[in-house]
Amino acid sequence: MQRDNGSGDGIPGTPSPTHGARVRHRKRSGDVPSDVSKTNGSNLLLNDRNKYKSMLIRTYSSLWMMAGFVFLIYMGHLYIWAMVVVIQIFMARELFNLLRKANEDRQLPGFRLLNWHFFFTAMLFAYGRFLSWQLVNTVTSDKLLYKLVSGLIKYQMFICYFLYIAGFVWFILTLKKKAYKYQFSQYAWTHMILLMVFAQSSFTVANIYEGIFWFLLPASLIAINDVAAYFFGFFFGKTPLIKLSPKKTWEGFLGASVTTMLSAFVLANFMGHFQWLTCPRKDLSTGWLHCDPGPMFTPESYNLPGWIPRWFPWHEVAIMPIQWHALALGLFASIIAPFGGFFASGFKRAFKFKDFGDSIPGHGGFTDRMDCQMVMAVFAYIYYQSFVMVQDLSVETILEQILRNLTFEEQHDLYEQLGNLLTRGN
Amino acid sequence: MQKDTSSNDASASPAGRVRHRRRPTEATTNGNRTNGPALLANDQNKYKSMLIRTYSTIWMIGGFALIVYMGHLYICAMVVVIQIFMAKELFNLLRKSSEEKQLPGFRLLNWHVFFTAMLFTYGRFLSRQLVNTVTSDHLLYKVVSGLIKYQMFICYFLYIAGFVWFILTLKKKTYKYQFKQYAWTHMILLMVFAQSSFTVANIFEGMFWFLLPASLIVINDIAAYLFGFFLGRTPLIKLSPKKTWEGFIGASVTTIISAFMLANVMGHFQWLTCPRKDLSTGWLRCDPGPMFKPEHYSLGEWLPQWFPWKEVALLPVQLHALALGLFASIIAPFGGFFASGFKRAFKIKDFGDSIPGHGGITDRMDCQMVMAVFAYIYHQSFILPQNYSVEIILDQIIRNLTFEEQKFLYQQLGEIFYERMHIRDGK
Repeated sequence: MQRDNGSGDGIPGTPSPTHGARVRHRKRSGDVPSDVSKTNGSNLLLNDRNKYKSMLIRTYSSLWMMAGFVFLIYMGHLYIWAMVVVIQIFMARELFNLLRKANEDRQLPGFRLLNWHFFFTAMLFAYGRFLSWQLVNTVTSDKLLYKLVSGLIKYQMFICYFLYIAGFVWFILTLKKKAYKYQFSQYAWTHMILLMVFAQSSFTVANIYEGIFWFLLPASLIAINDVAAYFFGFFFGKTPLIKLSPKKTWEGFLGASVTTMLSAFVLANFMGHFQWLTCPRKDLSTGWLHCDPGPMFTPESYNLPGWIPRWFPWHEVAIMPIQWHALALGLFASIIAPFGGFFASGFKRAFKFKDFGDSIPGHGGFTDRMDCQMVMAVFAYIYYQSFVMVQDLSVETILEQILRNLTFEEQHDLYEQLGNLLTRGN
Repeated sequence: MQKDTSSNDASASPAGRVRHRRRPTEATTNGNRTNGPALLANDQNKYKSMLIRTYSTIWMIGGFALIVYMGHLYICAMVVVIQIFMAKELFNLLRKSSEEKQLPGFRLLNWHVFFTAMLFTYGRFLSRQLVNTVTSDHLLYKVVSGLIKYQMFICYFLYIAGFVWFILTLKKKTYKYQFKQYAWTHMILLMVFAQSSFTVANIFEGMFWFLLPASLIVINDIAAYLFGFFLGRTPLIKLSPKKTWEGFIGASVTTIISAFMLANVMGHFQWLTCPRKDLSTGWLRCDPGPMFKPEHYSLGEWLPQWFPWKEVALLPVQLHALALGLFASIIAPFGGFFASGFKRAFKIKDFGDSIPGHGGITDRMDCQMVMAVFAYIYHQSFILPQNYSVEIILDQIIRNLTFEEQKFLYQQLGEIFYERMHIRDGK
C-alpha cells in the first residue's frame, strides 16, 4: 500500500512491509515505483538510483524468502516446524534487544541468560502441550523411550513450572539496588514478548500438524491482502485510512478486502485437492501422507441457478465445504489482521525506532514481516478448533478412545457418570 | 520478621487474614517501652495504629472462617471479589492522571479485558461444574453446552475487539503511555487470573487444597516473625532488611512440621476433603479416596518403651503436605521479595489502602499467589492422575457432543458392556 517503495524503510511508522510470507509482492512493487520516480522529473534522478538499488536488494531478498518457503512446504511438516522455531528465535532476539539500554546492561551480567532461560521454558511448555500426542506416537516403537517420553509428558506442566520458578527466584536474587526499575521493566517486557511470540508460533505449529492447508491458507491470505492493498492504493488511493499509517487508504483497504475474500474462496478449492496439504500428521515423521480427506474437502455439487448456464458453459459447480470456512478466514484476514500492522506501527512510533531489526536486507527485521501473521495464526487456530475440528470428534472416535485408553473399571466409572449427567437432564 | 509493625513497611508481606497481627502488636509494645521515655509520644501513635491493624485482622479472620463454613461457592465469590479489588489497585497504581484526562475510554478498556479474562478462565475451569448444575433444565443445558463449546472463540473475539479498540484510540501525543498501560494491563491480568483461577479450581477439588496451602503461608509468616524477633541476627536479603536467616530457617522447620500435622487434622473432615461436582451449596458426602484413608504403621520396637503409642495412623496425603510445606517455606517468600522489590523500583509504599493498617489487598496476597499456583500444579501432576483419563474423556464428551449424541454414546457403551458380560459369563 505504499506508493513509494524505495524509501519505505526510511519512514518510521509505515510498516508497509507487513505482509507475512516471502512473496511475489516484493517483485511487483519493485517494478512499478521505479517508473513513477522517473516521471517525477530529472532532479530526482540521483534519488532514483538509490531507490532503484534498495528496491533491487528488496526484490533479491524477497525471492530468496519465497524460494526458501516453497522448498520447506515441499519438505513437510517437520521442516516447517523447524522454520517456525528459527523465526521465533530470531524474533525473540530482535525484541529482547529492542528496549535494552547498553549502559545499564553492563552492570547486570547474567540478565541476558535469564531471558533465554524463560524462552526455553516457554518453548518446552508450548510445544510440549501441542505435540505430546505426536511425540508419543513417534516413539511407540521403543518401549523404554516410550516410558521416558510418557513420563516427561505427564509431568510436563510441573517441570515447566519449576523451571519458571527457578527463573523467578534467580531474577529476585539478582536485583541490584540502582537498577530495580530497569530490571522490573525488562522482566515485564520479557513476559510480553514471550506471550506474543509463543502464542502465535505454537498455534501455527498446531495448525501445521492438523494439515499444512491450515497454515498455508491463512499465510497466503495475508500476503494477498497486502499485495492487493498496495495495488488498489497505488491506482485508486485517495482517502487516508488511519493516522497511524498515513500511506494506507480506504480504497486500498476495500479493494484488498474484496480480493482477499475472492482469493480465499478460490485458493481453498485449489489447495483442497492436494493430500499433502490437507492430511493431518499424527507423528513426527517426514515422508508422504495418504488419508481420507474427510467431509470438509469432499466437493459437493451445486446446480447453478437457471440464468447462468445460458451465458456460461457450466451447469453445476463443485464446492468443497471448506470454501465457506475459507470465506470467514478471508474476512478476518482483510479486516482484522491489518490491525496487527497498525499495532506494530504505533509501537514503533511510541518508542521511536524505525524497524524492529535488520535481519532481512531491505525489509527490516523478522517482526516487521510477522506482525499481521501473528494475529492471523491465532485466529486460524481458534477458528479451526471451534468450527472445523469439532466435526471429527464424533461418537465413533470418542467411543474408540474409551475402549482403547481406559481400563474396564474406568469405563464403568465413565458410564455411571455419564448416566447421572443424562438422567438429571431428563 | 518486622520489629516495627506500625510503620507500613514494604517488608510486610504476610498473607492471609491472620492472628499473626495480634502477636507483633503485643511483642513490639513491650519492646518499645524498654526504649525509654523519649519515645513515649511515638508509643501512643504506634499503639493506636497497632489497634487499627488488630481490629482489621480480627475482622478478616472472622470473615474468612465464616466463608469457609459457608462453602465452596462462597469461597469462589470471595476469590472473585478479592480479584476485582486487586486488579483495581494495580490498574490505578501506575496511572498518571495528567495523561489519563486526554484518554476518556481507557479505564473501560482495562475492565473489558478483565471481563474477557474472567470469562475465559472460569469458563475453562468451571465448565464441568457449570454443566452439572444446569442439567435439571433441558433448554438451559443446551444453551450452556453451546456456550462452552464456543467459549474459546467468544473469548478470542472479545479480546480482539479490545485490541482493535485500543488501536483506534491511540492518540498522537500519548503513544508511549498507552502502550505501557496496555502491557501493564496484560501483566496484571496474567498475575491476578493465574492465581485466582487456580485457587478456584483447587477449591472445587476439595477445600483442603485451598485451606492447607493458605494456612501454611500464614504459619510461615508468623513463625518467621517470632523466630526473627527472638533469635534474629543475620540479615537474609538486601531487598527486605528486616528478614533474618534465623527467622527463615526456624519458620521452614515449623512450617513443614505443621504441614504434616495440619494435613492429618484437616483430612478427617469430609467438608474439606470432598470434591464438589457442581455449583450447589450444602453438605457434602463422599468416599474420601485413598489419599485420606489412614494407614497404620507400627513404630519401631524401641519407641513404645517411652511412649504409650504403639502405632501411628498416617494419611498418605500427609506426605504430599510435606512437599507443600517445603515449597511454602522456601519459595513462597520470594513472592514477598518480588513485591518489595517492585515497590522500591517504582517508589510506592503500598499497593493500596483498602485494609486499614495493612495496606492494600495485593500486599496481603503476594505470597499466596505463588503458593496457589504451585498447589494447583502439584495437585494436577501428583494427586489427580489416578482419575485423569476419565475426566478428560468426560470433558470431551460434554464439550463436543450434542445432547442426542451423548445419549447415543451412552446407549452404545451400555450395549458393549452387556455383550462383554455375556461373553464372560458364557465362558
